[in-house]
Amino acid sequence: MIRVTGLSVSYGAVHALRDVSFEAATGSVTAVIGANGAGKTTLLRAISALVRPTAGEIDLDGTRLVGKSTENIARLGVGHVPEGRGVIEEFTIEENLRLGALHGNESFSVGLADQFELFPVLEERRKQHAGTLSGGERQMLAMARALIARPSVLLLDEPSLGLAPLVTAELMKTIKELCETRKLTVILVEQNAMSALRVSEHAVVLHLGRVAADDRSEVVANDENLRHYYLGMAE
Amino acid sequence: MDAFLASRNVSDLLVGLHFGVVIGLVALSLVMIWRATHILNFAQGAMAMFSAYVGMSLLSYNVGYWWCVVVAVIAGLAFGGVTERVLVRRLYGKPEINPIVVMVGFLALLEAIASAVWGMSGRAVPLPFSFVDWQLNGQTIAISPNGLYQIVAALVVAILVVVLFRYTNLGLQLRAAAVAPEVSRLLGVRVSRMLTLGWILSSGVGAVAAVIVASNFGPGLTPTLMDAPFAIAFIAAAVGGLESPWGALVAGVAFGIMQQFVIDYLNSDYVFLIALGALVVVLMIRPQGLFTKSVSRRV
Repeated sequence: MIRVTGLSVSYGAVHALRDVSFEAATGSVTAVIGANGAGKTTLLRAISALVRPTAGEIDLDGTRLVGKSTENIARLGVGHVPEGRGVIEEFTIEENLRLGALHGNESFSVGLADQFELFPVLEERRKQHAGTLSGGERQMLAMARALIARPSVLLLDEPSLGLAPLVTAELMKTIKELCETRKLTVILVEQNAMSALRVSEHAVVLHLGRVAADDRSEVVANDENLRHYYLGMAE
Repeated sequence: MDAFLASRNVSDLLVGLHFGVVIGLVALSLVMIWRATHILNFAQGAMAMFSAYVGMSLLSYNVGYWWCVVVAVIAGLAFGGVTERVLVRRLYGKPEINPIVVMVGFLALLEAIASAVWGMSGRAVPLPFSFVDWQLNGQTIAISPNGLYQIVAALVVAILVVVLFRYTNLGLQLRAAAVAPEVSRLLGVRVSRMLTLGWILSSGVGAVAAVIVASNFGPGLTPTLMDAPFAIAFIAAAVGGLESPWGALVAGVAFGIMQQFVIDYLNSDYVFLIALGALVVVLMIRPQGLFTKSVSRRV
Protein backbone atom coordinates (compact mmCIF):
# COMPACT_ATOMS: atom_id res chain seq x y z
CA MET A 1 0.00 0.00 0.00
CA ILE A 2 1.13 3.52 -0.74
CA ARG A 3 0.06 6.19 1.71
CA VAL A 4 0.55 9.86 0.84
CA THR A 5 0.09 12.31 3.71
CA GLY A 6 0.05 16.10 3.54
CA LEU A 7 2.20 16.21 0.40
CA SER A 8 3.16 19.65 -0.96
CA VAL A 9 5.43 20.42 -3.90
CA SER A 10 6.46 23.85 -5.19
CA TYR A 11 8.26 24.92 -8.35
CA GLY A 12 9.59 28.27 -7.16
CA ALA A 13 6.56 30.39 -6.35
CA VAL A 14 4.15 27.97 -8.02
CA HIS A 15 2.49 25.46 -5.71
CA ALA A 16 2.04 22.33 -7.80
CA LEU A 17 0.65 20.22 -4.95
CA ARG A 18 -0.83 21.42 -1.65
CA ASP A 19 -1.47 19.14 1.29
CA VAL A 20 -2.37 16.08 -0.79
CA SER A 21 -3.34 12.93 1.14
CA PHE A 22 -4.71 9.60 -0.10
CA GLU A 23 -4.07 5.86 -0.02
CA ALA A 24 -3.58 3.44 -2.88
CA ALA A 25 -4.54 -0.06 -1.79
CA THR A 26 -2.50 -3.15 -2.63
CA GLY A 27 -3.72 -5.11 -5.64
CA SER A 28 -5.94 -2.35 -6.97
CA VAL A 29 -5.91 0.51 -9.43
CA THR A 30 -6.10 4.04 -8.03
CA ALA A 31 -6.91 6.63 -10.68
CA VAL A 32 -5.60 10.16 -10.33
CA ILE A 33 -7.61 12.43 -12.58
CA GLY A 34 -8.06 16.12 -13.16
CA ALA A 35 -7.56 18.85 -15.73
CA ASN A 36 -4.24 19.97 -17.20
CA GLY A 37 -2.02 21.49 -14.56
CA ALA A 38 -3.87 19.82 -11.69
CA GLY A 39 -0.60 18.30 -10.43
CA LYS A 40 -1.09 14.69 -11.54
CA THR A 41 2.33 14.20 -13.08
CA THR A 42 3.98 16.09 -10.22
CA LEU A 43 2.39 13.64 -7.79
CA LEU A 44 3.98 10.65 -9.53
CA ARG A 45 7.30 12.47 -9.83
CA ALA A 46 7.22 13.18 -6.11
CA ILE A 47 6.61 9.49 -5.31
CA SER A 48 9.66 8.59 -7.44
CA ALA A 49 11.70 11.44 -5.88
CA LEU A 50 12.21 13.16 -9.22
CA VAL A 51 10.93 16.28 -7.43
CA ARG A 52 11.47 16.99 -3.74
CA PRO A 53 8.35 17.72 -1.70
CA THR A 54 8.35 20.81 0.53
CA ALA A 55 6.22 18.96 3.07
CA GLY A 56 4.49 15.65 3.63
CA GLU A 57 5.24 11.95 3.73
CA ILE A 58 5.04 9.05 1.30
CA ASP A 59 4.99 5.58 2.75
CA LEU A 60 5.29 2.24 0.92
CA ASP A 61 4.28 -0.71 3.11
CA GLY A 62 5.90 0.91 6.14
CA THR A 63 8.99 2.25 4.31
CA ARG A 64 9.36 6.02 4.20
CA LEU A 65 10.11 7.13 0.62
CA VAL A 66 10.68 10.87 1.14
CA GLY A 67 14.42 11.44 1.37
CA LYS A 68 15.32 8.33 -0.63
CA SER A 69 16.89 8.64 -4.08
CA THR A 70 15.01 7.84 -7.28
CA GLU A 71 17.32 4.86 -7.87
CA ASN A 72 16.65 3.39 -4.44
CA ILE A 73 12.90 3.86 -4.75
CA ALA A 74 13.02 2.01 -8.08
CA ARG A 75 15.02 -0.78 -6.43
CA LEU A 76 12.38 -1.01 -3.68
CA GLY A 77 9.96 -2.14 -6.36
CA VAL A 78 8.33 1.05 -7.59
CA GLY A 79 8.02 0.96 -11.38
CA HIS A 80 7.34 4.29 -13.09
CA VAL A 81 6.31 4.65 -16.73
CA PRO A 82 6.80 8.36 -17.35
CA GLU A 83 4.75 10.67 -19.52
CA GLY A 84 5.95 10.50 -23.11
CA ARG A 85 6.92 6.87 -22.38
CA GLY A 86 10.67 7.27 -22.05
CA VAL A 87 11.82 4.32 -24.12
CA ILE A 88 15.49 4.69 -25.01
CA GLU A 89 15.36 5.11 -28.78
CA GLU A 90 19.06 4.39 -29.31
CA PHE A 91 18.66 0.99 -27.65
CA THR A 92 17.12 -2.11 -29.14
CA ILE A 93 13.92 -3.43 -27.64
CA GLU A 94 15.87 -6.19 -25.94
CA GLU A 95 18.39 -3.72 -24.50
CA ASN A 96 15.56 -1.59 -23.12
CA LEU A 97 14.13 -4.67 -21.43
CA ARG A 98 17.54 -5.81 -20.16
CA LEU A 99 18.01 -2.42 -18.53
CA GLY A 100 14.61 -2.73 -16.90
CA ALA A 101 15.41 -6.17 -15.51
CA LEU A 102 18.84 -5.28 -14.08
CA HIS A 103 17.66 -4.12 -10.68
CA GLY A 104 14.51 -6.20 -10.49
CA ASN A 105 13.49 -9.32 -8.61
CA GLU A 106 13.42 -11.71 -11.55
CA SER A 107 16.01 -13.23 -13.84
CA PHE A 108 16.15 -11.60 -17.25
CA SER A 109 15.30 -14.73 -19.20
CA VAL A 110 12.20 -15.56 -17.15
CA GLY A 111 11.07 -11.93 -17.18
CA LEU A 112 11.65 -11.66 -20.90
CA ALA A 113 9.51 -14.72 -21.61
CA ASP A 114 6.72 -13.24 -19.45
CA GLN A 115 6.80 -9.92 -21.25
CA PHE A 116 6.90 -11.50 -24.70
CA GLU A 117 3.82 -13.49 -23.74
CA LEU A 118 2.03 -10.28 -22.70
CA PHE A 119 3.27 -8.26 -25.67
CA PRO A 120 4.04 -10.63 -28.56
CA VAL A 121 4.83 -7.77 -30.95
CA LEU A 122 7.95 -6.98 -28.89
CA GLU A 123 9.36 -10.45 -29.45
CA GLU A 124 9.08 -10.15 -33.21
CA ARG A 125 11.05 -6.92 -33.14
CA ARG A 126 13.41 -7.56 -30.26
CA LYS A 127 16.57 -6.67 -32.21
CA GLN A 128 15.19 -3.42 -33.62
CA HIS A 129 15.91 0.00 -32.23
CA ALA A 130 13.11 1.36 -30.07
CA GLY A 131 13.18 4.52 -32.20
CA THR A 132 11.56 2.53 -35.01
CA LEU A 133 8.47 1.61 -32.96
CA SER A 134 5.04 3.18 -33.32
CA GLY A 135 3.40 5.06 -30.45
CA GLY A 136 1.43 2.05 -29.27
CA GLU A 137 4.45 -0.24 -29.47
CA ARG A 138 6.52 2.24 -27.48
CA GLN A 139 3.86 2.23 -24.80
CA MET A 140 3.96 -1.55 -24.69
CA LEU A 141 7.74 -1.51 -24.46
CA ALA A 142 7.69 1.08 -21.66
CA MET A 143 5.15 -1.05 -19.77
CA ALA A 144 7.08 -4.26 -20.36
CA ARG A 145 10.30 -2.59 -19.23
CA ALA A 146 8.65 -1.54 -15.98
CA LEU A 147 6.96 -4.90 -15.43
CA ILE A 148 10.00 -7.06 -16.15
CA ALA A 149 11.47 -5.99 -12.80
CA ARG A 150 8.39 -7.45 -11.08
CA PRO A 151 7.53 -4.22 -9.26
CA SER A 152 5.09 -4.15 -6.36
CA VAL A 153 3.90 -0.68 -7.37
CA LEU A 154 3.38 0.66 -10.88
CA LEU A 155 3.04 4.39 -11.55
CA LEU A 156 1.53 5.03 -14.98
CA ASP A 157 1.55 8.54 -16.39
CA GLU A 158 -0.99 9.03 -19.20
CA PRO A 159 -0.59 5.57 -20.75
CA SER A 160 -3.44 6.21 -23.19
CA LEU A 161 -1.93 9.39 -24.62
CA GLY A 162 -1.89 9.13 -28.41
CA LEU A 163 -3.13 5.54 -28.46
CA ALA A 164 -6.09 4.16 -30.36
CA PRO A 165 -9.03 3.36 -28.03
CA LEU A 166 -8.74 -0.36 -28.76
CA VAL A 167 -5.07 -0.43 -27.80
CA THR A 168 -5.85 1.53 -24.63
CA ALA A 169 -8.58 -0.95 -23.70
CA GLU A 170 -6.15 -3.82 -24.24
CA LEU A 171 -3.53 -2.16 -22.03
CA MET A 172 -6.04 -1.49 -19.28
CA LYS A 173 -7.15 -5.10 -19.36
CA THR A 174 -3.53 -6.20 -18.94
CA ILE A 175 -3.09 -3.83 -15.99
CA LYS A 176 -6.22 -5.16 -14.29
CA GLU A 177 -5.06 -8.74 -14.69
CA LEU A 178 -1.67 -7.93 -13.19
CA CYS A 179 -3.34 -6.33 -10.18
CA GLU A 180 -5.19 -9.54 -9.52
CA THR A 181 -2.51 -12.11 -10.36
CA ARG A 182 0.51 -10.31 -8.92
CA LYS A 183 -1.09 -8.13 -6.23
CA LEU A 184 0.28 -5.13 -8.09
CA THR A 185 -0.58 -1.67 -6.76
CA VAL A 186 -1.23 0.74 -9.62
CA ILE A 187 -1.50 4.52 -9.54
CA LEU A 188 -2.89 5.55 -12.90
CA VAL A 189 -2.68 9.19 -13.96
CA GLU A 190 -5.06 9.96 -16.79
CA GLN A 191 -6.42 12.92 -18.64
CA ASN A 192 -9.13 10.67 -20.05
CA ALA A 193 -11.19 10.51 -16.85
CA MET A 194 -13.91 8.17 -18.07
CA SER A 195 -11.57 5.38 -19.13
CA ALA A 196 -9.56 5.75 -15.92
CA LEU A 197 -12.70 5.57 -13.77
CA ARG A 198 -13.84 2.45 -15.59
CA VAL A 199 -10.62 0.56 -14.90
CA SER A 200 -9.98 1.74 -11.33
CA GLU A 201 -11.49 0.83 -7.97
CA HIS A 202 -10.65 4.12 -6.35
CA ALA A 203 -10.18 7.66 -7.70
CA VAL A 204 -8.51 10.85 -6.51
CA VAL A 205 -9.59 14.03 -8.27
CA LEU A 206 -6.96 16.78 -8.24
CA HIS A 207 -7.80 20.39 -8.87
CA LEU A 208 -5.08 23.07 -8.89
CA GLY A 209 -2.85 20.91 -6.72
CA ARG A 210 -5.46 20.04 -4.10
CA VAL A 211 -7.56 16.93 -3.59
CA ALA A 212 -11.06 17.83 -4.75
CA ALA A 213 -12.46 14.33 -4.25
CA ASP A 214 -11.24 10.96 -2.98
CA ASP A 215 -13.72 8.13 -3.27
CA ARG A 216 -14.67 4.87 -4.97
CA SER A 217 -14.45 5.26 -8.72
CA GLU A 218 -18.13 4.57 -9.35
CA VAL A 219 -19.11 7.26 -6.83
CA VAL A 220 -16.84 9.79 -8.57
CA ALA A 221 -18.13 8.75 -11.98
CA ASN A 222 -21.73 9.36 -10.91
CA ASP A 223 -21.19 12.67 -9.13
CA GLU A 224 -22.67 15.37 -11.38
CA ASN A 225 -20.78 18.22 -9.67
CA LEU A 226 -17.40 16.55 -9.95
CA ARG A 227 -18.04 15.69 -13.56
CA HIS A 228 -19.09 19.20 -14.36
CA TYR A 229 -16.63 21.29 -12.39
CA TYR A 230 -13.45 19.25 -12.26
CA LEU A 231 -13.51 16.72 -15.03
CA GLY A 232 -15.01 18.90 -17.76
CA MET A 233 -17.35 16.17 -18.90
CA ALA A 234 -20.58 17.00 -20.68
CA GLU A 235 -23.89 15.54 -19.51
CA MET B 1 57.20 -11.04 -50.61
CA ASP B 2 60.12 -9.75 -48.54
CA ALA B 3 60.67 -6.92 -50.97
CA PHE B 4 56.98 -6.11 -50.85
CA LEU B 5 56.97 -5.99 -47.03
CA ALA B 6 60.01 -3.75 -47.10
CA SER B 7 58.60 -1.47 -49.81
CA ARG B 8 58.05 2.20 -49.24
CA ASN B 9 54.24 2.02 -49.17
CA VAL B 10 54.07 -0.96 -46.84
CA SER B 11 56.60 0.73 -44.56
CA ASP B 12 54.45 3.86 -44.50
CA LEU B 13 51.42 1.72 -43.77
CA LEU B 14 53.10 -0.02 -40.82
CA VAL B 15 54.50 3.16 -39.32
CA GLY B 16 51.15 4.88 -39.86
CA LEU B 17 49.28 2.00 -38.28
CA HIS B 18 51.56 2.19 -35.27
CA PHE B 19 50.85 5.88 -34.79
CA GLY B 20 47.21 5.46 -35.82
CA VAL B 21 46.22 3.00 -33.12
CA VAL B 22 47.48 5.46 -30.51
CA ILE B 23 45.50 8.27 -32.14
CA GLY B 24 42.52 5.94 -32.23
CA LEU B 25 42.92 5.17 -28.55
CA VAL B 26 42.98 8.85 -27.60
CA ALA B 27 40.00 9.50 -29.89
CA LEU B 28 38.17 6.60 -28.25
CA SER B 29 38.77 8.06 -24.80
CA LEU B 30 37.37 11.40 -25.99
CA VAL B 31 34.27 9.68 -27.35
CA MET B 32 33.79 7.82 -24.05
CA ILE B 33 33.67 11.10 -22.14
CA TRP B 34 31.50 12.78 -24.74
CA ARG B 35 29.00 9.94 -24.65
CA ALA B 36 28.96 9.79 -20.88
CA THR B 37 28.65 13.46 -20.06
CA HIS B 38 28.44 15.47 -23.31
CA ILE B 39 31.60 17.34 -22.45
CA LEU B 40 34.47 17.77 -24.88
CA ASN B 41 37.43 17.12 -22.67
CA PHE B 42 40.17 19.38 -24.00
CA ALA B 43 42.32 18.35 -21.04
CA GLN B 44 42.14 14.66 -22.01
CA GLY B 45 45.68 14.63 -23.44
CA ALA B 46 47.09 16.62 -20.53
CA MET B 47 45.41 14.34 -17.98
CA ALA B 48 46.94 11.35 -19.76
CA MET B 49 50.37 13.03 -19.80
CA PHE B 50 50.09 13.78 -16.09
CA SER B 51 49.15 10.19 -15.26
CA ALA B 52 52.10 8.91 -17.30
CA TYR B 53 54.42 11.24 -15.35
CA VAL B 54 53.06 9.99 -12.03
CA GLY B 55 53.81 6.41 -13.03
CA MET B 56 57.12 6.99 -14.81
CA SER B 57 58.56 9.25 -12.11
CA LEU B 58 58.88 6.05 -10.07
CA LEU B 59 61.64 5.00 -12.48
CA SER B 60 63.88 7.34 -10.46
CA TYR B 61 63.31 5.09 -7.46
CA ASN B 62 64.38 1.96 -9.33
CA VAL B 63 60.84 0.72 -9.75
CA GLY B 64 60.56 -1.60 -12.76
CA TYR B 65 59.02 -0.41 -16.03
CA TRP B 66 55.92 -2.60 -15.86
CA TRP B 67 55.11 -1.48 -12.32
CA CYS B 68 55.42 2.11 -13.51
CA VAL B 69 52.93 1.36 -16.29
CA VAL B 70 50.52 -0.15 -13.76
CA VAL B 71 50.85 2.90 -11.50
CA ALA B 72 50.37 5.25 -14.48
CA VAL B 73 47.15 3.51 -15.46
CA ILE B 74 45.85 3.46 -11.88
CA ALA B 75 46.77 7.15 -11.60
CA GLY B 76 44.84 7.75 -14.83
CA LEU B 77 41.76 5.94 -13.54
CA ALA B 78 41.84 7.83 -10.24
CA PHE B 79 42.53 11.15 -11.91
CA GLY B 80 39.45 10.73 -14.11
CA GLY B 81 37.23 10.02 -11.13
CA VAL B 82 38.52 12.90 -9.04
CA THR B 83 38.28 15.32 -11.98
CA GLU B 84 34.66 14.36 -12.58
CA ARG B 85 33.66 14.64 -8.93
CA VAL B 86 35.54 17.85 -8.12
CA LEU B 87 35.61 19.83 -11.34
CA VAL B 88 33.24 18.50 -13.99
CA ARG B 89 30.22 17.83 -11.77
CA ARG B 90 29.70 21.57 -11.37
CA LEU B 91 29.50 22.02 -15.13
CA TYR B 92 26.53 19.78 -15.89
CA GLY B 93 23.56 21.72 -17.19
CA LYS B 94 25.60 24.91 -17.64
CA PRO B 95 25.89 26.72 -21.01
CA GLU B 96 28.05 24.77 -23.46
CA ILE B 97 30.84 27.32 -23.41
CA ASN B 98 31.50 26.78 -19.68
CA PRO B 99 32.95 23.27 -19.85
CA ILE B 100 35.02 24.25 -22.90
CA VAL B 101 36.62 27.19 -21.09
CA VAL B 102 37.15 25.18 -17.91
CA MET B 103 38.71 22.19 -19.68
CA VAL B 104 41.03 24.35 -21.79
CA GLY B 105 42.07 26.10 -18.59
CA PHE B 106 42.60 22.73 -16.92
CA LEU B 107 44.83 21.67 -19.85
CA ALA B 108 47.02 24.77 -19.39
CA LEU B 109 47.13 24.27 -15.63
CA LEU B 110 48.19 20.60 -15.87
CA GLU B 111 50.95 21.37 -18.36
CA ALA B 112 52.19 24.21 -16.15
CA ILE B 113 52.21 22.00 -13.06
CA ALA B 114 54.00 19.20 -14.94
CA SER B 115 56.64 21.68 -16.17
CA ALA B 116 57.15 23.01 -12.64
CA VAL B 117 57.38 19.59 -11.01
CA TRP B 118 59.16 17.49 -13.64
CA GLY B 119 60.77 20.15 -15.88
CA MET B 120 60.36 20.88 -19.57
CA SER B 121 63.27 18.85 -20.84
CA GLY B 122 61.62 15.48 -21.19
CA ARG B 123 62.25 12.29 -19.32
CA ALA B 124 63.54 9.23 -21.06
CA VAL B 125 61.26 6.25 -20.78
CA PRO B 126 62.76 2.79 -21.28
CA LEU B 127 61.42 0.60 -24.03
CA PRO B 128 60.13 -2.76 -22.83
CA PHE B 129 61.06 -4.46 -26.09
CA SER B 130 63.64 -3.92 -28.81
CA PHE B 131 63.02 -0.91 -31.02
CA VAL B 132 65.17 -2.33 -33.83
CA ASP B 133 63.05 -3.09 -36.88
CA TRP B 134 62.69 -6.70 -37.86
CA GLN B 135 64.90 -8.07 -40.63
CA LEU B 136 63.56 -10.54 -43.11
CA ASN B 137 66.16 -12.10 -45.44
CA GLY B 138 68.27 -8.96 -45.29
CA GLN B 139 65.32 -6.60 -45.86
CA THR B 140 64.11 -4.24 -43.14
CA ILE B 141 60.41 -4.39 -42.25
CA ALA B 142 59.29 -1.08 -40.75
CA ILE B 143 58.11 -2.51 -37.46
CA SER B 144 59.96 -3.48 -34.29
CA PRO B 145 58.99 -5.81 -31.43
CA ASN B 146 58.31 -2.67 -29.40
CA GLY B 147 56.06 -1.30 -32.12
CA LEU B 148 54.15 -4.57 -32.35
CA TYR B 149 53.69 -4.63 -28.57
CA GLN B 150 52.30 -1.08 -28.67
CA ILE B 151 49.90 -1.82 -31.51
CA VAL B 152 48.64 -4.95 -29.76
CA ALA B 153 48.33 -3.17 -26.39
CA ALA B 154 46.35 -0.30 -27.91
CA LEU B 155 44.06 -2.64 -29.84
CA VAL B 156 43.43 -4.88 -26.84
CA VAL B 157 42.47 -1.89 -24.67
CA ALA B 158 40.25 -0.50 -27.41
CA ILE B 159 38.51 -3.83 -27.97
CA LEU B 160 38.00 -4.32 -24.23
CA VAL B 161 36.32 -0.91 -24.06
CA VAL B 162 34.05 -1.61 -27.00
CA VAL B 163 33.11 -5.03 -25.61
CA LEU B 164 32.42 -3.50 -22.19
CA PHE B 165 30.08 -0.90 -23.67
CA ARG B 166 28.32 -3.20 -26.09
CA TYR B 167 27.96 -6.52 -24.36
CA THR B 168 27.96 -6.09 -20.58
CA ASN B 169 25.31 -4.95 -18.14
CA LEU B 170 27.70 -2.32 -16.84
CA GLY B 171 28.16 -0.99 -20.37
CA LEU B 172 24.40 -0.95 -20.85
CA GLN B 173 24.03 1.19 -17.74
CA LEU B 174 26.89 3.48 -18.77
CA ARG B 175 25.21 4.10 -22.13
CA ALA B 176 21.74 4.46 -20.63
CA ALA B 177 22.93 6.95 -18.02
CA ALA B 178 24.45 9.04 -20.79
CA VAL B 179 21.49 9.16 -23.18
CA ALA B 180 18.53 9.00 -20.79
CA PRO B 181 19.53 9.91 -17.23
CA GLU B 182 16.05 10.36 -15.83
CA VAL B 183 14.62 7.15 -17.29
CA SER B 184 17.73 5.30 -16.13
CA ARG B 185 17.23 6.47 -12.57
CA LEU B 186 13.59 5.33 -12.71
CA LEU B 187 14.93 1.89 -13.62
CA GLY B 188 17.30 1.84 -10.66
CA VAL B 189 20.54 2.81 -12.47
CA ARG B 190 22.87 4.85 -10.26
CA VAL B 191 23.40 7.53 -12.88
CA SER B 192 25.77 9.71 -10.90
CA ARG B 193 28.12 6.76 -10.35
CA MET B 194 27.93 5.83 -14.01
CA LEU B 195 29.03 9.31 -15.08
CA THR B 196 32.00 9.15 -12.73
CA LEU B 197 32.81 5.66 -13.97
CA GLY B 198 32.73 6.93 -17.56
CA TRP B 199 35.40 9.49 -16.68
CA ILE B 200 37.44 6.93 -14.73
CA LEU B 201 37.53 4.48 -17.64
CA SER B 202 38.18 7.14 -20.25
CA SER B 203 41.02 8.67 -18.30
CA GLY B 204 42.54 5.20 -17.78
CA VAL B 205 42.44 4.59 -21.54
CA GLY B 206 44.12 7.97 -22.05
CA ALA B 207 46.89 6.98 -19.62
CA VAL B 208 47.60 3.83 -21.62
CA ALA B 209 47.89 5.96 -24.76
CA ALA B 210 50.26 8.40 -23.04
CA VAL B 211 52.50 5.59 -21.79
CA ILE B 212 52.72 4.26 -25.34
CA VAL B 213 53.46 7.68 -26.83
CA ALA B 214 56.09 8.44 -24.18
CA SER B 215 58.00 5.24 -24.81
CA ASN B 216 57.99 5.62 -28.52
CA PHE B 217 57.74 8.98 -30.17
CA GLY B 218 60.00 11.99 -29.79
CA PRO B 219 62.04 12.93 -26.74
CA GLY B 220 60.28 10.69 -24.20
CA LEU B 221 57.90 12.13 -21.66
CA THR B 222 57.38 15.91 -21.80
CA PRO B 223 54.61 18.17 -20.46
CA THR B 224 53.42 18.79 -24.01
CA LEU B 225 53.72 15.11 -24.94
CA MET B 226 50.09 14.65 -25.85
CA ASP B 227 49.38 17.98 -27.57
CA ALA B 228 49.93 16.78 -31.13
CA PRO B 229 48.37 13.31 -30.70
CA PHE B 230 45.43 14.93 -28.93
CA ALA B 231 44.88 17.47 -31.71
CA ILE B 232 44.86 14.76 -34.39
CA ALA B 233 42.71 12.48 -32.21
CA PHE B 234 40.25 15.30 -31.67
CA ILE B 235 39.88 15.77 -35.41
CA ALA B 236 39.61 12.00 -35.88
CA ALA B 237 36.89 11.76 -33.25
CA ALA B 238 34.93 14.54 -34.97
CA VAL B 239 35.33 12.88 -38.36
CA GLY B 240 34.42 9.43 -37.06
CA GLY B 241 31.49 10.81 -35.11
CA LEU B 242 31.63 11.74 -31.44
CA GLU B 243 28.93 9.21 -30.65
CA SER B 244 30.73 6.26 -32.19
CA PRO B 245 33.56 4.39 -30.42
CA TRP B 246 34.27 2.28 -33.51
CA GLY B 247 34.21 5.42 -35.65
CA ALA B 248 36.77 7.12 -33.44
CA LEU B 249 39.02 4.09 -33.55
CA VAL B 250 38.79 3.59 -37.30
CA ALA B 251 39.20 7.31 -38.03
CA GLY B 252 42.18 7.44 -35.65
CA VAL B 253 43.94 4.61 -37.46
CA ALA B 254 43.09 6.18 -40.84
CA PHE B 255 44.51 9.52 -39.73
CA GLY B 256 47.70 7.88 -38.45
CA ILE B 257 48.24 6.16 -41.78
CA MET B 258 47.35 9.32 -43.70
CA GLN B 259 49.83 11.29 -41.60
CA GLN B 260 52.68 8.91 -42.40
CA PHE B 261 52.00 9.01 -46.13
CA VAL B 262 51.82 12.80 -46.05
CA ILE B 263 55.11 13.02 -44.15
CA ASP B 264 56.78 10.59 -46.53
CA TYR B 265 55.45 11.82 -49.88
CA LEU B 266 54.85 15.52 -49.15
CA ASN B 267 56.05 17.27 -46.06
CA SER B 268 55.16 17.06 -42.37
CA ASP B 269 53.88 20.65 -42.54
CA TYR B 270 50.91 19.40 -44.54
CA VAL B 271 49.67 16.96 -41.88
CA PHE B 272 47.37 19.33 -40.03
CA LEU B 273 46.33 21.09 -43.20
CA ILE B 274 45.09 17.85 -44.71
CA ALA B 275 43.56 16.61 -41.45
CA LEU B 276 41.63 19.85 -41.02
CA GLY B 277 40.63 19.79 -44.69
CA ALA B 278 39.20 16.29 -44.19
CA LEU B 279 37.35 17.53 -41.11
CA VAL B 280 35.77 20.44 -42.99
CA VAL B 281 34.68 18.21 -45.86
CA VAL B 282 33.18 15.59 -43.55
CA LEU B 283 31.40 18.18 -41.43
CA MET B 284 29.86 19.68 -44.57
CA ILE B 285 28.64 16.35 -45.90
CA ARG B 286 27.86 14.47 -42.68
CA PRO B 287 27.87 16.83 -39.68
CA GLN B 288 27.22 13.94 -37.26
CA GLY B 289 30.42 12.22 -38.40
CA LEU B 290 30.99 9.27 -40.68
CA PHE B 291 30.10 6.47 -38.28
CA THR B 292 27.35 7.89 -36.11
CA LYS B 293 24.05 6.23 -36.80
CA SER B 294 21.52 8.97 -37.08
CA VAL B 295 18.50 8.13 -34.96
CA SER B 296 15.26 9.61 -36.13
CA ARG B 297 13.57 11.48 -33.34
CA ARG B 298 9.94 12.30 -32.98
CA VAL B 299 9.30 16.03 -33.00
